[in-house]
Amino acid sequence: MQKYAINIAFFVGCLLIVLAAQFGMVDLYVQSVIMFMGINIILSSSLNIVNGYMGEFSCGHAAFMCVGAYVSSVVTVVLFAQNKIFGAPILPPDMAVLFMPLAILIGGLVSAVVGILVAVPSFKTRGDYLAIITIAVNYMVISGIENLEIIGGSRGFMGMKQVVYAMSDVVNIPWMMIWTILGTVFTIWIIRRFVSSTYGKGISAICQDEIAAEIMSVNTNKMKLVAFMLSSGLAGIAGGLFAHVIGYVNPQSFNILKSTECLVMVYLGGMGSLSGSVLSAVLFTLLLEALRPLQIVKWVIIPLILVLLMQFRPEGILGNKELGDVFPRLKRYCRFK
Amino acid sequence: MSLINIDEMTQRFGGLQAVSKFDMELQGGELVGLIGPNGAGKTTIFNLVSGFYQPSEGSITFAGKDTRGLKPHQVTAMGVARTFQNIRLWHDMSVLDNIRIAQHYRLGYSVFDSFLRTKRYRKGEERIDSIAWEMLEAMDLKEFAHELPSNLPYGLQRRVEIARAMSTKPKLLLLDEPAAGLNSADVEGLITLVRWIHDNFDITIWMIEHQMKVVMSLCQYIKCIDFGATIAEGTPEQIQNDPTVIKAYLGDDNI
Ligand SMILES: Nc1ncnc2c1ncn2[C@@H]1O[C@H](COP(=O)(O)OP(=O)(O)OP(=O)(O)O)[C@@H](O)[C@H]1O
Ligand SMILES: [Mg+2]
Repeated sequence: MQKYAINIAFFVGCLLIVLAAQFGMVDLYVQSVIMFMGINIILSSSLNIVNGYMGEFSCGHAAFMCVGAYVSSVVTVVLFAQNKIFGAPILPPDMAVLFMPLAILIGGLVSAVVGILVAVPSFKTRGDYLAIITIAVNYMVISGIENLEIIGGSRGFMGMKQVVYAMSDVVNIPWMMIWTILGTVFTIWIIRRFVSSTYGKGISAICQDEIAAEIMSVNTNKMKLVAFMLSSGLAGIAGGLFAHVIGYVNPQSFNILKSTECLVMVYLGGMGSLSGSVLSAVLFTLLLEALRPLQIVKWVIIPLILVLLMQFRPEGILGNKELGDVFPRLKRYCRFK
Repeated sequence: MSLINIDEMTQRFGGLQAVSKFDMELQGGELVGLIGPNGAGKTTIFNLVSGFYQPSEGSITFAGKDTRGLKPHQVTAMGVARTFQNIRLWHDMSVLDNIRIAQHYRLGYSVFDSFLRTKRYRKGEERIDSIAWEMLEAMDLKEFAHELPSNLPYGLQRRVEIARAMSTKPKLLLLDEPAAGLNSADVEGLITLVRWIHDNFDITIWMIEHQMKVVMSLCQYIKCIDFGATIAEGTPEQIQNDPTVIKAYLGDDNI
């Protein structure tokens, strides 16, 4: 029992959050902050696969979030909501309850495929050059969607609120809160299993010495493909959740500024530290909210934090260690595989 | 069928002919040496054999198969392993992980098995784990399993690198200057280790070495190259007394 203390505490915590949301004990603002926290955890830990564990420098993570957001939104809206362009829903809106997670997964799968756009150049290019390619992909995705009038172009795309309302009409519980929590847990679980397997450690071998990895039988191209697709696929899931939580998406919400936020979270937490990414996503979300009254000035303060971090603790909060390595006693209360 | 047959292999870097018309045939089971002054092209030959470079001309046939066009990881999977002149271990991973990851080509499970921790995953991990521990035991490295390589003395790092290469289960082991940077006690240890590996595994060893003591006491047959071309070959005694070899090395303290 003691071995699972932290796991149980986490589960109870999540349950309390959902119950509090259900019975109106926390207002919608707090609920949305909690959901953004989850989405940010997915974003930072998935970017950590590429930037931390594999040691590449991707700075267009928001592109994949964008793909996931649009794909899952179009899927749910076309199927379950009335829309000016796509007309009446194809399926009865109450079915959205069952279909929601699948739509978000479809968004993730499509953005994993878009991740190939970055993975293939990475076979031959590294470092700065690959970073430029990731920025280019970020712009390509945004401009592409801005030019797609059928899904709203630069005006954005909406209708997801209707889908979420339709879900609440069937059973009135905070659906998006539940799916965000489950998506976050799913992400961490998958990444943890991947990076702790000998298969996944191949990407750390690439990070530490790519030539040695290739010569020691690691299929480096395949590993890069897997890492980029996993990272972008999970970002797509974050995007799908984001779109349905907000109820509205606009290509410019996924511009280079959003990618920068993802980078800040990874470097704040520590490269190659999963618990670091989780911790920094939580802190970063709170920080963003605390600085909200400052409006645009917050974009002076956040980069300043980054400058100070690079000066005084370039390895981030946890470095490349996990929380359990820093506080070994935690391991006694937690089973996490 | 010979284990490896290198035929008129030539490698050019721009105008520089680093290796020219190099021939070599090994039947399997030998322990041979490759010597030559600095910049002679020795490491380039190993880079070609391990698939890291594609030869400009000529061919390499390993176990009856032409290896041209194969990626280094595929060549390794066929049974060629190597160490590097400058140690290239993964320094932020434990010695055990270094040995495990070198078995990447025969993990026997896919990325989805790693997510779902299927039976195939557990079997694969168990198998490579037991092979890794066997290798550590055999190489006398068990007590350092959980150390980071960068915390080990240089001589031990060399040994870990050899163990890592051995854990790919090679038929041909290429050692690029394994004695470089070792003190004399470690050199003795290395000689014993290489001989022990050669006696106890079904393996062919091909080593580059500057220290004549190592080459002369280990190798049955030696090839000497200079400016990419073979200038002499034969038994250690023949090489030692060959005037062209002595001339190529003139001024080199090692001889
Ligand atoms: N990738 C490369 N591009 C251009 N020139 C190269 C390359 N690799 C090696 N060379 C050149 O080829 C020649 C042979 O180099 P190589 O490293 O094979 O020598 P070596 O015999 O291993 O020498 P050492 O004893 O110093 O290790 C050198 O002149 C070197 O500068
Ligand atoms: Mg060399």
